[in-house]
Amino acid sequence: MRKSRAQALQKSAPVFAALGDPTRLRLVAALCAGGALSITQLTVGTAVTRQAVTKHLEVLAGAGLVHDIREGRERLWELKPSRLDEARRALDAIAAQWDQALQRLKAFVET
Amino acid sequence: MDTSTDRIEKQVLLKAPRERVWRALSEADQFGTWFGVRFDGPFVEGERLTGRIAPTQVDEEVAAMQTPYEGTPFEWQVEKIEPMRRIAFRWHPFGVDKTIDYSHEPMTLIVFELRDAPGGILLTVTESGFDKLPPARRAKAFEANEGGWTHQMRLIEKYLALH
Repeated sequence: MRKSRAQALQKSAPVFAALGDPTRLRLVAALCAGGALSITQLTVGTAVTRQAVTKHLEVLAGAGLVHDIREGRERLWELKPSRLDEARRALDAIAAQWDQALQRLKAFVET
Repeated sequence: MDTSTDRIEKQVLLKAPRERVWRALSEADQFGTWFGVRFDGPFVEGERLTGRIAPTQVDEEVAAMQTPYEGTPFEWQVEKIEPMRRIAFRWHPFGVDKTIDYSHEPMTLIVFELRDAPGGILLTVTESGFDKLPPARRAKAFEANEGGWTHQMRLIEKYLALH
């Protein structure tokens, strides 16, 4: 249990790095909403080129956040939500520290 | 957009009068007693203070965990004070490595909010701004926290073995 937690935390570092860019965050948000999407669908209505979107998707893929699937001649991109869950769990560790602090506050004001 | 990696929210019901809770949050000495820190001045809106880790006086186990870090300084910005209702601070989460200059990094925002509830005060604490932290620092903050947890687990194991 302890070991798997530590491993999950270590794996979260590239996830945060990959999300630390507005274009990539927008891509993740679009994929959250829309299932598997093509580069064309992800590029439409933005000022970003297809080449740039492809590059960003490859960074996200490198962090394990998305993966591509072939559908006929088309290459579609899909979210792998499990990695996002790991990032969220890392934040839960900080939340647990607040839980402890609030219990100390409770002990302090209730006596 | 899902911003759930940016923010933490916690609540606790405090069976104490609002004034008592407010003093525990707004008076630097009282805050320090339960949080485990000593500040170099009072909480004044807009002021930046230095806090130093000083083991908490309300929990022996946590105090033992904080002891190795005793005296470690960190920055503490008093962001906003709305008397009896709301108080907000900024800090560098887990910014306790003396070899690193955190001053140019974004700080997270911590907000305490008091609301009346049956039997006392419902206190909500939110910490937000994690998405703006440099990724490397963020990962490190989580590791530091994980270390704290591991230590805490050991203390519990030790306690259970003795009782």
